Amino acid sequence: MKLSVEHIAILSGILLMAIGLWGILGRKNILKMIISFTVFDTGLNILIVALGYLPGRTAPIVDGPVTVENLSQVAVDPVPQALVLTAIVIGFGVTALMLVYALKMHEKKKTLDINEYTDLKW
Amino acid sequence: MLRNSLILGLVAVFALALFTIFSEYKTPETLNRTAQYYNENEVSQVGAANVVTAVVVTYRGLDTLGEVTVLFLTASVIGFILRRKKKGEPVVKADKGSEILSTASRILFPGSIILGVYVFVNGHLTPGGGFQGGAVIGTAILLIALANPEFAVSRKVLHWLESLSGVTYVIIGLLGIFLAAGFLDNRILPLGDFGHLLSAGAIPIIYSMIGIKVGAELSGIITDINQTKTNLS
Repeated sequence: MKLSVEHIAILSGILLMAIGLWGILGRKNILKMIISFTVFDTGLNILIVALGYLPGRTAPIVDGPVTVENLSQVAVDPVPQALVLTAIVIGFGVTALMLVYALKMHEKKKTLDINEYTDLKW
Repeated sequence: MLRNSLILGLVAVFALALFTIFSEYKTPETLNRTAQYYNENEVSQVGAANVVTAVVVTYRGLDTLGEVTVLFLTASVIGFILRRKKKGEPVVKADKGSEILSTASRILFPGSIILGVYVFVNGHLTPGGGFQGGAVIGTAILLIALANPEFAVSRKVLHWLESLSGVTYVIIGLLGIFLAAGFLDNRILPLGDFGHLLSAGAIPIIYSMIGIKVGAELSGIITDINQTKTNLS
């Protein structure tokens, strides 16, 4: 079976999301968990962009061979790309907040091992 | 062991659930109706060469306003959490950056700022836009902050830049209700010559405002973190 670009992109997106979930659940170090969140984000973004791709088409920007007349014949779907732009920005905000919380947690207990934080454990 | 196998099982279930996307995927031959509509009518309705920008700033402008608000909230929460310590607490000084880093950052700083401004001013013509340009400006500030731990952008300047650009964004959006078809309509200004810098109505102004706002917010976050003299050892 010959894989096309969009199949490879979808597959790698799913793979990255699985790796991210594995890291979020399995790692003990809070920083590694945060990195896993960003890996998960990246996988999701790749998946969404890949779903808006059409073979042989180009970015939806009028320039060079892409003219106003043939835009809808040669350009890909612009909506997933706009959504992913939003998702990247929100992902940045979430990551920054998580890192600052991690900084504060480290200030309190001088460790980033999640097993040391048992305050909410039952 | 039990924990690891549980995690592995969960990841496997998750991957299997997503795998249906891959196995059911059929390469589409044509665009769906929404994309077709945007690609066919965007140039006459919005007039931006970059269709993604038209979708982000005009068709789904309200989403972008919310996105900017989320970023603002993040910056304020970080500023709140990392507020400066009381007087009298020992201040731990961070090490200065190496000679290579500080020299390189002095050379790269003006260029990075200009690149960021270029990216957000041309957001309606080329790939890029307000968020990307703002991120480039934030990177320039980060470079300086890495080289010189004492460096701080004035909080007052950042707050004014951020507030003014945010208010301008909302006012332009409100003007759309009175002068054009609805909130955040870009046709309050003439659409101009397609493909030129001053075209696509209010999009260049809105994206510049977003760029300044995002740049100020990211610089604020970096300054906040940089001024938190935490002993991380």
